[in-house]
Amino acid sequence: MADHGEGPAGGIGMRESALFDRNVIHEIQRKAREGIYDIRGFGAKRKVPHFDDLLMLGASVSRYPLEGYRERCNTAVTLGTRFAKNPIELDIPITIAGMSFGALSAQAKEALGRGATVVGTSTTTGDGGMTEEERGHSEKLVYQLLPSRYGMNPDDLRRADAIEVVIGQGAKPGGGGMLLGQKISDRVAEMRDLPKGIDQRSACRHPDWTGPDDLEIKIGELREITDWRVPIYVKIAASRPYFDVALAVKAGADVVVLDGMEGGTAATQDVFIEHVGIPIMSAIPEAVDSLKELGMHRKVQLIVSGGIRTGADVAKALALGADAVSIGVAAIIALGDNAPEYQEEYEKLGSSAGYYDAWHEGRDPAGISTQDEELGKRFNAELGGRRLANYLRAMVLETQTLARACGKSDVRNLEPEDLVGLTIEAAAMARVPLAGTKWIPGLDGKTG
Amino acid sequence: MTATETAVETVDLTDTPIRELNQRLHDAAEGGPQRWRIIHPGGIHAIAAGVNAPLEIDIDGHVGYYCAGMNKEAQVRIHGSAGVGLAENIMSGSVIVDGDASQSAAATGRGGLVVVRGNAAARCGISMKGVNIVVEGNVGHLSGFMAQKGALVVCGDAGEALGDSIYETHIYVRGSVAELGADCIEKEFGDFHLAELTGLLAEAGVDCDAADFKRYGSARKLYNFDIDNADAY
Repeated sequence: MADHGEGPAGGIGMRESALFDRNVIHEIQRKAREGIYDIRGFGAKRKVPHFDDLLMLGASVSRYPLEGYRERCNTAVTLGTRFAKNPIELDIPITIAGMSFGALSAQAKEALGRGATVVGTSTTTGDGGMTEEERGHSEKLVYQLLPSRYGMNPDDLRRADAIEVVIGQGAKPGGGGMLLGQKISDRVAEMRDLPKGIDQRSACRHPDWTGPDDLEIKIGELREITDWRVPIYVKIAASRPYFDVALAVKAGADVVVLDGMEGGTAATQDVFIEHVGIPIMSAIPEAVDSLKELGMHRKVQLIVSGGIRTGADVAKALALGADAVSIGVAAIIALGDNAPEYQEEYEKLGSSAGYYDAWHEGRDPAGISTQDEELGKRFNAELGGRRLANYLRAMVLETQTLARACGKSDVRNLEPEDLVGLTIEAAAMARVPLAGTKWIPGLDGKTG
Repeated sequence: MTATETAVETVDLTDTPIRELNQRLHDAAEGGPQRWRIIHPGGIHAIAAGVNAPLEIDIDGHVGYYCAGMNKEAQVRIHGSAGVGLAENIMSGSVIVDGDASQSAAATGRGGLVVVRGNAAARCGISMKGVNIVVEGNVGHLSGFMAQKGALVVCGDAGEALGDSIYETHIYVRGSVAELGADCIEKEFGDFHLAELTGLLAEAGVDCDAADFKRYGSARKLYNFDIDNADAY
C-alpha cells in the first residue's frame, strides 16, 4: 500500500481499527476519488517471514571457526557451467538484478555497471533493451529476453555475457509490466519502437512460446544464435518453485534465477506486490529440493533475490543452497535513492526520504528512477558506482564474517545445518530446526 | 564475387547437426559461400537462426520452430511449411514460406519482409515492431496483438481479436474479420495507405488489387490509462 504519512495523531479513547487503519481508510478514499488501483515502485512493504527470522549457529566446541581477516574464505562463483562455452566467473556471489533503461535513467544504469565491475560481478539489462552506457561500463552484462522484446536484437544478444529468459518477477508473478507515458522520452520511445508519451505495456507471456516444451526449443534457438557461447538463465518468480525450477532445468537452463515476493519493481499494482508470490526464504528449499532430485544442484546454479539487504541475508540464502544472490532495491538505495539530502523535494512529492516509492512517475529527486534530463543530471554515475561498490564490498565482508564464524573456507560451503529458525513460521519455511529444539515444523514429524 | 561465393553450398540436415549448419551460416558473414541450399530439414528447429549477412538460403522442405529467427539481411526461402515463431524478431532481409506458417509468425519482428503463401495461424505479427508481413491466405486469432510498427497484410480472412491492443501497425485485410480486438478499429484508407499496400503486394509478389482491402489500426484510446476505458482492459 502506498505510504500516506501518519496523519492526525490519535489519543486516549480514540481506538484505531486494526483492519481499517489510517492507511486503509486513505486508500479507500483515494480509490473512490480516482477509480484506479495504486501503482508504485519499490517492493513488498508488508512484513513477511524473512532471513531476519533465521539465526546462524557459529562454531564453538563441535565446529572450528576460521580466523577472521587471516584465513581465506572464498567468495568467487562460476555461473553457467552446464552448456555454455563461456561461463561467467564472478568474484562475489552478489549480482545486480535486471532493471530497465526507462525505469532508470541512463546515468543510473551506468552507475550499476560501474559499481558491479569494480567488485567483479555482473549487472543485468531490463525491459528496455541494452544501452551503450551499461554495456560500456559493465564488464559482465546479462541481457534479458522479456515478453515485450523491447529493443531485442541479435547484435546485443551476441555481445552479452549471458542471456536471461525472464518468465516472472517476484513483485508480480503472472503479471506484465507498465512504463507510464511520463517516463517515455524520445530515446526510450525509439529503443522500444513506440510513440513518445504513451503508456508502454509489457505482456505477461512471451509472444512466441507457451509452456515448458516450447521454452526448451526457444532456449535452443538462443544458443544457436549465439553459437552456444554464453550461459542462458531462466528467471522465475517464486510461486511454485519446486515445479518451475524442474521445468526450467528440463528446458535447458544453465542458471535459474528465483525472485521472491519481496523483489522490487519500477511500477506494479500494489495489490500484486503485496499479495502474489511467496517469500524467498520459503522458496529456496523447494528450489534446492527440485535441483537435488534432478541431480543438478550446483550443476545448474541457483541465484535468488527478493529483499536481500545485508551480508546476513546473503549468508543465509547461500546456506539454504543458493549459489549467488541478486539485488535490485538495495542497489538503487546504495546509489542514492531515498537519500535524506532530498528530503525537502520528497515532501513536495507527498513523500519522505525513506518512504519514497513513486518510481513509476519519473520525478525522482535523486535522478535515478527518471527520464527527466534535468533530474538525471543530478545523479553522478561515477559517485553512484563507487557507493554501490562500497556497499557490495561491505556485504561481502559481512558474508565472509558469518561464513568464517561457521568454519567455512568458502561462502558456498554454508549449509542448512548452520541455521536455526527464530519463529515457527521461519523454521517451517526454511526447513531448519526452531532455535533450541530439534523440531522442523511441517516435516511430518521428521526432525530434519 | 569469387567462385566460392557464387557457388551454391548444399547442406543435408540428415547428416549435418543444426549447430554445425548455423555456425557455418554465421561464419559466412566473414566470407565464403553466399548461396545455400538446405535439404531434408525434417522439421528441425532454429534452422538458419541468427544469420547476419546477405546470404541467399533455400530450404527444401518443412521447418520447425524459429526458422530464420532474428534474421539480418539474408533472403530465406522455405519450400514447405514453417513451425512456430517463423522469423521471430526478424531485423531485415526477407523470409518467404511457400506453405503455411504456424503460430506467432514474424513475432516482434523489427524490420524486413515476411511472406506466407498459405495461411498463418494464431498471433501472426504479435508485438511486431517494424517488420512487414504479407499473408496470402488467412490469419488466426490474436494476429497483430500489441502490434507496434510495420504493416500486416492479410489477403484472406482474419480470425478473432485482430489487432488487440494495437499501437501503430497498419493492418490490411481483404477478406472478413471475425472480430476486432480491444482498441482496434477500421480506419480511413488514404492515398498513403494505397501506395503502401500496393508496394507491399508487389514486393511480396502477390497479385491482388489493393483497392479490395480495408485498413485497421488503433483507436488510441488505451494509449494512456483512463478509468472510463476500464472495460477495454
